[in-house]
Amino acid sequence: MIRTAKPFRQAALALGVTMMLAGCAGPNPRDPYEGFNRAMFSFNDTVDTYALKPVATVYKNVTPSFVQTGVSNFFGNLGDAWTAVNQFLQGNGEAGMSDLSRFALNSTLGIVGLFDIASEAGLPKHKEDFGQTLGVWGVQSGPYLMLPLLGPSTVRDTAALPLDIAGDIWRYKEPVYIRNIGTGLRVVDQRAALLDASSLLEDAALDRYEFIRDGFLQRRESQIHPDGDGPMRKPAKDDDMETSAPVSSESATKELNSGTPAAKPDSQ
Amino acid sequence: MKFIKQLIALATVALAFNAHAAAPASANEAPDVLVKRISQDVIDTAKADKAIQAGDTKKVIDLVETKILPYVDFQRMTALAAGRFWRDATPDQQKALTEQFRALLVFTYSGALSQVKDQTIEFKPLRAAADDTEVEVRSQVNMPRGEPIPLNYRVAKGPQGWKIYDINVLGAWLVETYKGTFASEISKGGMDGLIKALTEKNKKLASKPLNTNAPKK
Repeated sequence: MIRTAKPFRQAALALGVTMMLAGCAGPNPRDPYEGFNRAMFSFNDTVDTYALKPVATVYKNVTPSFVQTGVSNFFGNLGDAWTAVNQFLQGNGEAGMSDLSRFALNSTLGIVGLFDIASEAGLPKHKEDFGQTLGVWGVQSGPYLMLPLLGPSTVRDTAALPLDIAGDIWRYKEPVYIRNIGTGLRVVDQRAALLDASSLLEDAALDRYEFIRDGFLQRRESQIHPDGDGPMRKPAKDDDMETSAPVSSESATKELNSGTPAAKPDSQ
Repeated sequence: MKFIKQLIALATVALAFNAHAAAPASANEAPDVLVKRISQDVIDTAKADKAIQAGDTKKVIDLVETKILPYVDFQRMTALAAGRFWRDATPDQQKALTEQFRALLVFTYSGALSQVKDQTIEFKPLRAAADDTEVEVRSQVNMPRGEPIPLNYRVAKGPQGWKIYDINVLGAWLVETYKGTFASEISKGGMDGLIKALTEKNKKLASKPLNTNAPKK
């Protein structure tokens, strides 16, 4: 009975999520599900404030720094293998070979990845996931999506997630309890690495949700088009809101690019 | 042999002299050289200064004010972030907005600076023609572990020489990132609402110590 009920439950859940998403269309064209996303954001924030962040802070302050480096190198090395696969899928043969060499070097001489000797040997670390691969293949990112616990994403990247999860070597670690401990350690270590950045973010943002969203979408775009050939990289281009402006968008862009008359005198 | 030694000595002196001469005469400096010089200068100072690393707010802000601010065009930055709303604002509003935005960025940047420790900056070759007046200077911050962080600058040539008017961290442009926030604050409470929100934010930041997560070593 339970076995037959499971797909139904999943379908119902999916349907429920879809309806929730459809029910809260926001004003930002890249973020039509803003209502849902904000709810998820505040849920994630609560989990972070009361569980993850305190643990990560203790971890960062108590654990010797060579242990932290080892932990992040170890999981980073496992991630390099999946990065290499995605490099090849994106047609980046050279970078793929470099990442493969990293994995080989660090897994052996770097003692199962605890030491990142490849970086010191001049093979820089990359990070490519299947969402990026889809992007390189021409799949549009779709709307912004805030995932529970996993954080900012897009519809495309969420669709790619099952493959990214399957491409994670640690997922196949036996026995299961070691796998679970490791996964927990990995999450805490990654959060600890972000402690400084997240305190900065709190300072910089008026509305943290918007700041993270707008930064995240740009960052993803730049990861897919690193040389600035993406559609998002046009400098100082006024967006859709231009329609309600009294002047046409063309002159506005020109004006801004050449510096408005008021902007000419030095601000010092 | 002696000749070569002398040549090297001469070259060293010339180099040292150049380095000194370059400091005030930034107008004819190439944009990437300018950015490189500023960042090297700031990072060296931050690394050497124990008070800065301990999060001494006043000292960090001092460093930012003296070494970086003269080379940043805040007015343009603010105008771009405000987008079409900039032209509708009164000169007083423009001035207030620029001041508050500037203060916010100084606080944020100072916070970032007090976290500088083992990082090194690597500049990429400049892709620009000699007569370009707008260029993108690209660099990356190499971290002791993990991926390098891309750090790019948009620099424009004006009457006072090259000035930075946008910064890209991790692939996101600062102006573009603030644009959405500005627009939504303005839609809520108008230009004055945005200025008020920024002012309140700055007040809060001014009363709070920098670098609250300083590693305890």
